[in-house]
Amino acid sequence: MIAEAGHFALVLALFVGIVQSTVPMVGAHRDNTIWMAMAKPAAMSQFALIIFSFGALTYSHVVSDFSVVNVYQNSHSLKPMLYKVSGVWGNHEGSLLLWVLILTGFGSAVAMFGGNLPPSLKARVLGVQAMVSVGFYLFMLLTSNPFERMFPAALDGQDMNPLLQDPGLAFHPPFLYLGYVGFSMAFSFAIAALIEGRVDAAWARWVRPWTLAAWSFLTIGIALGSWWAYYELGWGGWWFWDPVENASFMPWLAGTALLHSAIVVEKRDTMKSWTIFLAILAFSMSLLGTFLVRSGVLTSVHAFATDPERGVFILLLLMIVIGGSLALFALRAPALKSTGMFKPISREGGLLLNNLVMSTGCAVVLLGTLYPLFLDAVGGGKVSIGPPFFNAVFIPLMLPMLFAMGYGPMLSWKRGDLAGASKRLIVAFIATGIAAAATVAIADGGPFFGIIGMAIAVWMGVSVLVEMAERIRLFKAPGKAFARLMHQPRATWGMTLAHLGMAMAIAGMAGAGGWKAESIQVMKPGETVTVSGYDFTFEGAKSGRGPNYTIIQGDFQVTRDGEPVAMLHAEKRNYPVRQMPTTEAAIHTLMTGDLYAVIGDSEGNEGGFVTRIYFNPLVVWMWIGSLFMVVGGTISVSDRRYRIGAPTARQSKSGKSAEAASA
Amino acid sequence: MKRLAYMVPLAVFLVLAGYFAVGLKLNPRDLPSVLIDQPVPAFDLKPIKGKARGFSSEDLKGHVTLVNVFGSWCVACVAEHPTLMEIAKLNLVPVFGIDWREKDPDAGPKWLARHGDPYTLVGDDPDSKAAIAFGVYGAPESFIVDRRGFIRYKHTGVIDADNWSATLWPLIQELRKQ
Repeated sequence: MIAEAGHFALVLALFVGIVQSTVPMVGAHRDNTIWMAMAKPAAMSQFALIIFSFGALTYSHVVSDFSVVNVYQNSHSLKPMLYKVSGVWGNHEGSLLLWVLILTGFGSAVAMFGGNLPPSLKARVLGVQAMVSVGFYLFMLLTSNPFERMFPAALDGQDMNPLLQDPGLAFHPPFLYLGYVGFSMAFSFAIAALIEGRVDAAWARWVRPWTLAAWSFLTIGIALGSWWAYYELGWGGWWFWDPVENASFMPWLAGTALLHSAIVVEKRDTMKSWTIFLAILAFSMSLLGTFLVRSGVLTSVHAFATDPERGVFILLLLMIVIGGSLALFALRAPALKSTGMFKPISREGGLLLNNLVMSTGCAVVLLGTLYPLFLDAVGGGKVSIGPPFFNAVFIPLMLPMLFAMGYGPMLSWKRGDLAGASKRLIVAFIATGIAAAATVAIADGGPFFGIIGMAIAVWMGVSVLVEMAERIRLFKAPGKAFARLMHQPRATWGMTLAHLGMAMAIAGMAGAGGWKAESIQVMKPGETVTVSGYDFTFEGAKSGRGPNYTIIQGDFQVTRDGEPVAMLHAEKRNYPVRQMPTTEAAIHTLMTGDLYAVIGDSEGNEGGFVTRIYFNPLVVWMWIGSLFMVVGGTISVSDRRYRIGAPTARQSKSGKSAEAASA
Repeated sequence: MKRLAYMVPLAVFLVLAGYFAVGLKLNPRDLPSVLIDQPVPAFDLKPIKGKARGFSSEDLKGHVTLVNVFGSWCVACVAEHPTLMEIAKLNLVPVFGIDWREKDPDAGPKWLARHGDPYTLVGDDPDSKAAIAFGVYGAPESFIVDRRGFIRYKHTGVIDADNWSATLWPLIQELRKQ
């Protein structure tokens, strides 16, 4: 009964969505206030219906109702409760339900807190949102119904893919989707603006908090996914340029560009059509990511079960959403007038460079991801290009931008002073030189990109600090510097933290990418292997049991120069229901790097095991850096000027919009 | 001129969409084996528990054969099994089995005892020796080998009545005529 009720709620939501995507749009066109006002209750009831529907599916999973196909295929009565709940979205149908849950959640937030939006813009934004959700409802109801029953009911389920039974991955998809779907807000605002034919500073101020929130969520999602790959796949790596990873990275790149170009629209009233384009691009990339993962067009190590029929539907959806919005863009964007002029060397110029590099990077990742498909489509055979291509093209592309990141915030709007900025950045130049020399000295040489990466990370970090020091006049008037620091707008704090985070993350990537040390061998108990100066002694393996798996645990004693550093307990788990093994790498994190051990199959009769030992330098800085970026984004969302529509608010219902900004 | 520039994103997208449409028709799992029309690499598999004989590449010569890669751990193989049983019962073509990646030597024989044994000969392949020789990606996977011992066709996934009568059976009859 519960499952049928959930199904019914989904069908009802479809009809509400159809109403919401038409009536308010027509109302906005004809200036009919009552028709426009329909958008609000419609958006709220859509959300309520989907909450109910999602609750119904969650209930079916929690009570292990194996007469529901979705539960049967993805759950098992012995599965721990956390994974029974995360199993709701750990599969194709359920993840779509999560997608629309978030989509309607964002929609109702606009409906509820968007009181200071002009009524026609609000009606159109909600109308566009509803169109997107109607597309997804149809997709679910026609091809991927999570509430399908089976008769007779199964005695027990087939269990979830053991690789997905992991706390890191339990929360990875919701954050990723909050990011993907968050860009739908920027998209809806962009389409509404194209229909209205007006983009101004106020518009940018409404769009930016949504973009920032989406970007922060996506950053968490990507970092969690990468962290999961790092410890669960047991390959010692953290990014594999896999199509599924790229699918989340492309919207991130486009979204990063968008949130920077929206600043220019807000402050300088220029780069409008470009910003609109980026808003469309960011959401298009989110949809494209979904298409690539779900349709079976590309294979991937962690794709869900794929189905060409679904692929056809998603392709149609893509054609309508992306094709339609780009056609609208081609028609209406040329009419958007900009007033602000700027020289190439200026804050605007710096932000434009950021935009160009980010979107080029996005195009490179797209090309690399789709290249196997292109080749296959023209009959060129199956290929996989993988990391060598991306590392060779993407990294050199990003370096100049990362360098320019030090300058950007130092330049003034309209016309910047490059020589002056260089003079003020002298400290950063010196620090960079020292860092490069120190890296070579400590690491005794090393790969070119590793050294460059460390140098650029220091450059970015120091230049961000220099910029903040200038802003608070730390050296000119140190007495009041602290007070000034406390009075900086939150957006400034956000930028400083996010840029610092980027610097830390780059240091982590350069360190782990450049100086990773690994050693693979068969070890018998008592044997020792030395990696990067750490002695790993294998103390043997023992077997045990988890709730729904068996364990072989290998213990390693790690010492350095005879001093004990850590005990590592690496696990290899076997999930009998799916007959699938997983590795749980043992990781001991130090500020200088991670000690990382994996245990493989047993070898020989004397208790020997295949073991893989890694030393991954500076990895922890990637996670710390990501955290800084997210905190920066979050602080920036809460900036005062998004809470009150200052300085050109139409109506100052400040209390209401405050919540909208932080929603 | 300026208007034209605004058309570019749409044009790029349409080209992409065209590729996607083509891509959907292609099956990414339809991996062509580099071994097609090549002789079966030499291998010699031990018997599974309870059988006297395993099988080697030499056993495939002299007649058209179907080589099927399975495992007791493979769920899809259970779905495929009735079709293989039917093929064996009607004596359409000799089916050779590669029992792939069994951790427990009893698992394969038990599985065959439960579901029936359609195989003329079965080889035990715990360390993927033959599987690597054939270029196997996953189970079930099947190969049609001609009289000379050349691999002529690779089928990825479950053999069912449809693909058997549409592709595999006509090819076997064709090869018998050669």
